[in-house]
Amino acid sequence: TLVARSLLANDFQEELVIRPLHSGDIYASFQFRTLWETDFMRENKVSHYRLFPKSLGQVISKFSVRELHISFTQGYWRTMQWGQPFLPSPPGAELWVWFQDSVTDVDAAWKELTNVLSGIFCASLNFIDSTNTVQPSASFKPLGIVNETDHRFLRYATLPREIVCTENLTPWKKLLPCGSKAGLAVLLKSEKLFHSSFFSQTVHIRPVCQDRECKTTSWELRQTLNVVFDLHTSGQGKREWSLFKMFSRTLTEACPLASSSKIYIDVTDNPQEEYFELSPATPLLSQAVVLGDRRTFSVYDLTQQLFKSVSDLLPAGSMLRPLLHAERYVAGYGLQTGEIHTVMYNNHPFRSFPVLLLDSVPWYLRLYIHTLTVTSKGKDNTPSYIHYQPSKDRMRPHLLEMLVQLPPHSVTEVTVQFERALLKWTEYTPDPNHGFYVGSSVISALVPSSVAMDTNITQEQPLFSSFFPCKEESSYFVRVYTEPLLVNLPTPDFSMPYNVICLTCTVVAVGYGSLYNLLTRSFQIEEPNPRLAKKIANFIRRIRGVPLLS
Amino acid sequence: VAYLCFYSVQLSNMLAAIIMLIFICFCVHFQNTAGQFFSSGHTNNWAVLVCTSRFWFNYRHVANTLSVYRSVKRLGIPDSHIVLMLADDMACNHRNPKPATVFSHRNMELNVYGDDVEVDYRGYEVTVENFLRVLTGRLPPSTPRSKRLLSDDRSNILIYLTGHGGNGFLKFQDSEEISNVELADAFEQMWQKRRYNELLFIIDTCQGASMYERFYSPNIMALASSQVGEDSLSHQPDLAIGVHLMDRYTFYLLEFLEDIHPASKSNMNDLFKVCPKSQCVSTPGHRTDLFLRDPGSVLITDFFGSVRKVEITMEAIHLTDPILQLEDGEEVQEKTYSYVDQLPVSEIIHQKPKQKDWHPPDGFILGLWTLILLVFFKTYGIKHLKHIF
Repeated sequence: TLVARSLLANDFQEELVIRPLHSGDIYASFQFRTLWETDFMRENKVSHYRLFPKSLGQVISKFSVRELHISFTQGYWRTMQWGQPFLPSPPGAELWVWFQDSVTDVDAAWKELTNVLSGIFCASLNFIDSTNTVQPSASFKPLGIVNETDHRFLRYATLPREIVCTENLTPWKKLLPCGSKAGLAVLLKSEKLFHSSFFSQTVHIRPVCQDRECKTTSWELRQTLNVVFDLHTSGQGKREWSLFKMFSRTLTEACPLASSSKIYIDVTDNPQEEYFELSPATPLLSQAVVLGDRRTFSVYDLTQQLFKSVSDLLPAGSMLRPLLHAERYVAGYGLQTGEIHTVMYNNHPFRSFPVLLLDSVPWYLRLYIHTLTVTSKGKDNTPSYIHYQPSKDRMRPHLLEMLVQLPPHSVTEVTVQFERALLKWTEYTPDPNHGFYVGSSVISALVPSSVAMDTNITQEQPLFSSFFPCKEESSYFVRVYTEPLLVNLPTPDFSMPYNVICLTCTVVAVGYGSLYNLLTRSFQIEEPNPRLAKKIANFIRRIRGVPLLS
Repeated sequence: VAYLCFYSVQLSNMLAAIIMLIFICFCVHFQNTAGQFFSSGHTNNWAVLVCTSRFWFNYRHVANTLSVYRSVKRLGIPDSHIVLMLADDMACNHRNPKPATVFSHRNMELNVYGDDVEVDYRGYEVTVENFLRVLTGRLPPSTPRSKRLLSDDRSNILIYLTGHGGNGFLKFQDSEEISNVELADAFEQMWQKRRYNELLFIIDTCQGASMYERFYSPNIMALASSQVGEDSLSHQPDLAIGVHLMDRYTFYLLEFLEDIHPASKSNMNDLFKVCPKSQCVSTPGHRTDLFLRDPGSVLITDFFGSVRKVEITMEAIHLTDPILQLEDGEEVQEKTYSYVDQLPVSEIIHQKPKQKDWHPPDGFILGLWTLILLVFFKTYGIKHLKHIF
């Protein structure tokens, strides 16, 4: 038969995970996944799009993109209070792309790709240029299927200053097959989403295995939205939440184009319904291992039952302490020098594990790498791999990648001193006294897990547990982002040109002008103004042609 | 009897002449109304809406621009034909007590930000250079379509500017200005490149009338919120948000535009009457000498709305047969794919340094070698050259 095979292998799934956090907040994570078995790289262009958005499909085929990951985040994820997120993201905008092996000029493709994406997402991604793009040599390995990993085809950039607002959410919602008209996307109302402690929307495109044998690959588009609501500001102080209170919308029906539409509520802390209860109740329970922990979820399937709302009371109990988290701050005083401290905590009682730290510092903070020290528990800890690329003024930022082994139950501190550069006066932003941002550090690690992780790739796995591919059962991959830094550069007084012009002109006019006048002015005697009678007499004399009176 | 005949012939002649005259009058009248229907001469509408002020206390300028955006969208111009430039983000600003909203009326009656807004230039991108490039079309080739003004010689463009200004200039983001001469030259470039059919320029700043004094290109109509020497004032503060929400001129302009619907027949003379001195405190001004049509015949929807002239055709169009996609035969894939290890520790430690692209030697190195060679040959003489080569 001549029915196009690609139409059959088009699948859309949506899910929402709600996890009450121990600090009194609610963490809601939406994931929308579209799978499409097609080949974007073949000769005749793909022209029939059904569930996969056409704008992204054209981007993939035009720029020969292998993997694309873009995230827009407002707020900072507090690992110690909230645990690990399902999908981490740094504050601001982050974009990292793996290009195909066939691309000859990766930098030109990168520049055009950022411009096109800035038009699609209404964001100022066109500010990504060579001064904030790096090429990591060991971090950010591809998350999808590739033949080989040559890091020359990888580019990574962050814009920590990027603002996220409704104008970014609107095009993101338009990429979904049902838009925001049906299914879980109905809940996405911007006035509630941005009144939260943390908001992040991401788009991930990568080729994945279709099934367990993994003989064929298909393109996967994942759109995720993570929100943390603070119930104390938005709720009435009662420890009770409902879908309507969080999103000010109720669910009506599942998206008709979705093959599965589910809501998972994390009830691990409530095994016998002693602390809280869900209404409407559901008998469906499922267990999943995610982030090294086995959690129990109540499952609501939107395609089967008519759904009204969910309400729940908040649990009290202990939380699994995150095994890895990090902080970063600037030390020092004055506007000339300073020190960047990155602190990594390993909370595992007896296992040590390696972490890969990626630091990208803009060129106007001149790092002195000879002052780089890595200490754990007071002693020197030499990294087993260091890759450093120095910056070039106005062209390239610093790139520092280190593989550090974190000893068990310890604090590792990485310090490096820097000096601030003086920018040219046109390079300052219109509000330079706000400060300049330094992007977050990225820490990638394989953290040992107390629970055996699932290495089988199946379609029935919930989406939130199947994002990072799992190769071994005893550890799971995690990426932690630190805070971005805000440093003040020595800022000139921008009114000085005006002041200088005024002062110089005054000095020239008053000082030199008076001197010039005194030296070059010639004096003439002038007749005083004659009185009226004399004026009339002179007038008559002028008529007569007789010489005038003096 | 002859006289009677003569008179009757004359009478009938006069009657015929009168009938002819009345008939001609009717024809002319029909032609006039038909001519009026097609007199605007434009086929598409564009809008360029710019807010040039940064910082939280300039909330009202963003609210001004967003309320004009809202009216323009409501009257039919699609997002693809609107270039919206906002110099700062007020809706998701951390000082906004109601995130993702921008209000124009006190007591939070009207949210002009809405749910479906597309901002094309935001934050630091709103500069004089980008504004002039958008107007004249001289953008770098990789600029996406949503950031371009793709108008032609049958486009009516509405340009709205708001911010802080003075006599002959408008301030962009507290760091640079655009002068009225530059703006006039940009419009002349647009005219010479045939990028507009008619242009309506509205400016809401202090001393706004100075900005349109220097225009010299045809088919431009300009409105300003205040004359030279006067300040444009803001309308009302909201005590919960803590800043002034709108400027007076745009507030009354928004109220006027809320009554306009896509089929309304209000013309420019009504627009000139918006915000008299009693309401605005400043005197709004306008300039129509460069405009070829009479302002009374120009509809508001010529600029604020979008043209939807439909031509009905009865021709039949033959579609080709659908192209069937031939599939490759089902090949049995021998290769099994797998995911890559996310943190391959041993591989990373034993990584070979990646081959760097070879660059030709730098100028410094070349100069050093030239110096060395010159010194050598100076000392030892040129006859040693044959031993080298």
